[in-house]
Amino acid sequence: MEQLLLLLIFLPLLGALVTALSGNAAKHVALVSAIVSLALALGMVCNFTPDSTTQFVVNYSWIRDLGINFHAGVDGISMITILLTNVLIPLIILASYQHNYKSSNAFFALILFMQSGLLVVFTSLDAFLFYIGWEAALIPIYFICAIWGGKDRIKVNMKFFVYTIAGSLFMLLGLIYLYLQNPAHNFDIQAFYNLNLDSAQQGWIFWAFFIAFAIKMPVFPFHTWQPNTYTEAPAAGTMLLAGIMLKMGIYGVIRWLLPIVPSGVQDWGHVAIILSIIGIVYASIIAFTQKDAKRLVAYSSIAHVGLISAGIFALNTQGMQGAMIQMLSHGINVVGLFFVLDIISSRLKTNRISELGGIAKQAPVLAITALIIVLGTVALPGTNGFIGEFLLLMGVYQYNIWIAVFAGLTIIFGAVYMFRMYQNIMLGKTNDLTITFTDVQGSEKVVLYIICALIIVLGIYPKPILQLSEASVQHLIEQVTQKLTSVN
Amino acid sequence: MNIIITITVTALVVLYAGLFKAKKALLPITLIGLLISLVFVATSWNTNQTYFGMMQMDNFALAFSGITILGTLFIFLLTQNYFAADSENIAEYFTLILFALAGIIIMVSYKNMSMLFIGIEIMSVCLYILAGIRKSNFASNEASLKYFLMGAFSTGFLLFGITLIYGATGSFDLETINQYLVGNYKSISPMFYPGVILMLIGLSFKVGAAPFHFWTPDVYEGAPTLITTFMSTVVKTAGFAAFLRLFADTFAPLHDFWLPPLIAIVCITLFIGNVTALFQKNFKRMLAYSSISHAGYLLFSLVTLSANSANNVLVYAAAYTFASIIAFAVLIMVKQKTGNDHFDSFNGLAKRNPLTALVLTIAMLSLAGIPLTAGFIGKYLMFLNVMGEYQIFLVAFAILNALVGFYYYFKVIVAMYFKEGNEVELEVPFQYKAVLVFSVVITLFLGVYPSVILNLI
Repeated sequence: MEQLLLLLIFLPLLGALVTALSGNAAKHVALVSAIVSLALALGMVCNFTPDSTTQFVVNYSWIRDLGINFHAGVDGISMITILLTNVLIPLIILASYQHNYKSSNAFFALILFMQSGLLVVFTSLDAFLFYIGWEAALIPIYFICAIWGGKDRIKVNMKFFVYTIAGSLFMLLGLIYLYLQNPAHNFDIQAFYNLNLDSAQQGWIFWAFFIAFAIKMPVFPFHTWQPNTYTEAPAAGTMLLAGIMLKMGIYGVIRWLLPIVPSGVQDWGHVAIILSIIGIVYASIIAFTQKDAKRLVAYSSIAHVGLISAGIFALNTQGMQGAMIQMLSHGINVVGLFFVLDIISSRLKTNRISELGGIAKQAPVLAITALIIVLGTVALPGTNGFIGEFLLLMGVYQYNIWIAVFAGLTIIFGAVYMFRMYQNIMLGKTNDLTITFTDVQGSEKVVLYIICALIIVLGIYPKPILQLSEASVQHLIEQVTQKLTSVN
Repeated sequence: MNIIITITVTALVVLYAGLFKAKKALLPITLIGLLISLVFVATSWNTNQTYFGMMQMDNFALAFSGITILGTLFIFLLTQNYFAADSENIAEYFTLILFALAGIIIMVSYKNMSMLFIGIEIMSVCLYILAGIRKSNFASNEASLKYFLMGAFSTGFLLFGITLIYGATGSFDLETINQYLVGNYKSISPMFYPGVILMLIGLSFKVGAAPFHFWTPDVYEGAPTLITTFMSTVVKTAGFAAFLRLFADTFAPLHDFWLPPLIAIVCITLFIGNVTALFQKNFKRMLAYSSISHAGYLLFSLVTLSANSANNVLVYAAAYTFASIIAFAVLIMVKQKTGNDHFDSFNGLAKRNPLTALVLTIAMLSLAGIPLTAGFIGKYLMFLNVMGEYQIFLVAFAILNALVGFYYYFKVIVAMYFKEGNEVELEVPFQYKAVLVFSVVITLFLGVYPSVILNLI
């Protein structure tokens, strides 16, 4: 049973290797690999006892002299992100089926390689391993975006790369500092939790970590790389970035920031929340003015992530649970949105809202499924988005009512710009361009149906997911508050 | 001792083989000689022999000998047809490289100041000639002359330093000098201090650390690429070993005295190397400047002296050597095909030669310090070491510089993968393939499983 996690982490790597060597059949090989991973992940969920313990633990000595171990395990919080990764990767691969990418074997191999890195990040219990996974997930996405991206891809991705690597290098500095503080001289997460750092030290560590995570999410004002990178990336790249990669930042905050430097969070957490709230309002306002649908969704993603980040820093169960389910929902919805836009742009070569209109008449299936995805994104009750945002707002409300008021704007703003976008693209009069539009078919249909099904099922019956992480989340909150009270 | 003898004998045999026009035999003889000396490195391990109080073959010396010999071996594999275009007398070039290597072995194992001087001189004289072997090429001549003048100048500093230290202690022997420092800590002769500073300057010249780096870019660019490879990998590693032997052991009691100038040198080196590399349009020149910045990272090991300092340098030097060999090997092939060494000549390489491009990418990632490559482990050890003394600002400064490094190392990756380029396909000869594959395997292996090398010394 313990080996299940190892298999889960290394299977995509093997899949990547086979994919790289399999020429024209690459996409099928990649899809098979991703589906096997999904089956493994589901098997893991079935064998997972939803309590606060860490399960499926593997611990091997890796670089003994430096106190580095291959130490990984799964608790409820990791389980959610593992599910997210393994559900979305097959969808993203399937969503790329219609594209004829040049050297597609490299393209799909890189996706699977990234999956491995992501799973390392989401399960690692050793800080060094976490860092390795963090970088290992970045390299493939850089290449995906920079090789198969749009016109401005080189410059835009360089910015993205330098931004993220800057953040992660300072995180590395923080990790080394913790390592040196640790009398056992290793990178074990439990040892890091038990460190007694004074509040000044915690403040420094807080910022070293927070900036790395904030760049990844992204939180205002570290977001400037994001809209351009999303816009220039190929569809699959955007989905990977928005659907899964930004969750690395959220997960990092939950796993590596809150429990290690609780006093730091107490001292500086309000700054993080305020930045998140500024991000929500700012991104929403900019989203209103966007003429390009892909950019609009990119900005809306900043707003949504802002709410998740605020919910986490509110440090209560509701906020945290909301963040958990919203990570999953946002991943599904944003992948759905970007996929719809990709379908449109691959047919009509444009995502400019003003040039589109009346697609619903030509493509009723696309219009209906897109409507469900938009409803999920704007958090209509009965969809997956509602549960998450509701819990998040509740969490933020308990923290501070005024912040909750501003945070609540995401839902209102989001509804306005999302519906306006939908209306302008799908409804209205069919024009010369959209008259040629053909409805979705084959693999496109499959992806859209699966996404819509997930949106509705999670919206109506989110309990299994909430249960999965509840005990771990409560344990985490207790751990943090306990440490805080013992300091005070 | 057997190592030096083997290398020297090989050099002489090669010279005679050249005399009898046995051109085909040159490379095999050289390789066999180097392999035998590698075997001697392995068999002498842990024996810690001292020869006449002049040289000490401890594990430190053996480890660095091993790396320099292996690096030289790889470079010899790259010589295929390389010198043939320039001259009929290839044997002489081979011999010169081998003699330089003999000097290097002395540099990493000296136990006496005079041996340090002799080692450096044996190596340098060979290199002055090698830098200028393209007799009709203006840049090559310029490189040779510049290298000679600067080298002679810096040797002057070094000698003056040695003299002053001899004046203060009455000995060339490293151990005696060290005992003098420990024994007379309160009453060290005032001659000693300028001696240390002069030696610091002299050695900084040799390893190309700023502000004594001005010769490096021109010499590296002007010299034939293969010689540049030798200078920037093997020679540099040897320079650092010599540096370390002197400063980490013998002068260690005076650490507080020479630390401030060293930190200044480190900061200037990192900054100048990185920032200037950023603006280069020429791949070879970029590598030259980046080698300056790597000298800065390597000097980190002297900022905080610990039991691991020597080993950290070994890891970093190994990572740097093999990644650089890859970079230069690909550069040689590209230049032979396109005729210039600008970044533009790498455009579209990935399409025509996907494997070569992949290997060069891994080398660049290693030089930049991305995890799972040897370069990351090297940088990590350096940062860890300095953080141990809580020199946080120094580490933060180094990290900012590493960030700049990403930018210029990625330039070539960008050119290879993301830019459309000329349709020429490189022919990769078998020996080049072997070197590329071996180097990349070493780079990845040390990155994933560095335990093998971490406690070597």
